[in-house]
Amino acid sequence: MIQTLEGIVSEHAFFKGLDERYIKLVAGCAKNVRFDEGQIVFREGDAADQFYFIREGLVAVELMIPQRGFTTLQTVGEGDVLGWSWLMPPYRWRFGARTLQPTRALAFDGKCLRNKCEEDHDLGYELLKRFTFVVTERLEATRLQLLDLYGAPA
Amino acid sequence: MAPQLENSIATSATRAGADPMLPALYCIERLRHETDDTFTIELAPTNGSSEFSFLPGQFNMIYVFGVGEVPISISSDPQNSKTIQHTTRIVGAVTRGMGHLKRGDTVGVRGPFGTHWPVEDAEGRDVIIVTGGIGLAPLRPALYHLMAHREKYHKIVLLYGARTPEDILYRRELERWRSKFDLEIQVTVDRGTRGWRGNVGVVTTMIGRSPFDPSNAIAMACGPEVMMRFAVMEFERRGLPLQNIFLSMERNMKCAIGFCGHCQYGPTFICKDGPVFRFDRIEPIFGKAEI
Repeated sequence: MIQTLEGIVSEHAFFKGLDERYIKLVAGCAKNVRFDEGQIVFREGDAADQFYFIREGLVAVELMIPQRGFTTLQTVGEGDVLGWSWLMPPYRWRFGARTLQPTRALAFDGKCLRNKCEEDHDLGYELLKRFTFVVTERLEATRLQLLDLYGAPA
Repeated sequence: MAPQLENSIATSATRAGADPMLPALYCIERLRHETDDTFTIELAPTNGSSEFSFLPGQFNMIYVFGVGEVPISISSDPQNSKTIQHTTRIVGAVTRGMGHLKRGDTVGVRGPFGTHWPVEDAEGRDVIIVTGGIGLAPLRPALYHLMAHREKYHKIVLLYGARTPEDILYRRELERWRSKFDLEIQVTVDRGTRGWRGNVGVVTTMIGRSPFDPSNAIAMACGPEVMMRFAVMEFERRGLPLQNIFLSMERNMKCAIGFCGHCQYGPTFICKDGPVFRFDRIEPIFGKAEI
């Protein structure tokens, strides 16, 4: 059975509890996308006009370091959100993303969603609450990575 | 509280009749370097006849003659009573000295001591294991047990975090286990290096999407205490009851039988009442800076 975009969006944990009319609005900005292994999803510095929900696969969030090449900072997989640069000016990707496995995702048009959030601040608040949770999780994880917990004790 | 879990933590099971302060002589059968700073020693009794039995999660005191004694978790298969293995990181004089031992050298062994992982209580349930760094070593005997009795458990999930791909412990074994289709293994590293195509990120972030049923699961975690704090938060977020979470704690152990007090942890001694604790029993003191 083919699942509608609305169905996929409403079942995603990220949108749990979101009013049905907002699910419709959000799904109106979404489309299904596929990437082959090794394909670039977005490049650092490019316009951040989309974000993604990974449905299947694995994506590396990476940064180009001169003399070292592309360095993976984090990987995101099934159920994860990829990208929040579309939320804040100047709407450019701070990091790049490349698939490590064949990947299926929902791509959301960031500009479309920003406009809808401007028109309806309740929707904007609901989305910001959810993205704040994702950003907080990533910040905590980054702090733990910085601690180098598995290194030899000082 | 599930009453059957009451039995999951037994007291020390040292060799029957043996003086727990008297080391037995064991000789090095093999010493294998696992990573840059970790190695595994395989020991056999020098008298050749006695057998060694232990429960997954227990530890021994290993005496490097002329240097000192350290507590190290047993990391071998509990069904193998002929030899025992210990995996450790080089962190001080004793482990450094141990790393220089050769096949045929002798060490003193006291043990096994301490409580064990609740492998019996996990029967009929999902088992979720979260570990990082050298913390995989004390859980390895539990994994051997779970796999030897695979039909008794539902899903078995192992989430393992390492510093870099080069720091992954028991790499070949993990690859072999992963190739079986009845065990879910996810490995992640804090820093991906060239050629690494696996997960990069903190191991605890994988708990949220790992395939276990929180209403019928037992969680076992071992690793840096900060890692375990975040693991507990994620388990709670998934709805796992606190009495179904088990942690292996670490403090400076000396006598291993609760006499000296070096490893006091609030009202308990890690050597005697732990190292494996049911989380609800230590919740009031867990993560407290003063303890």
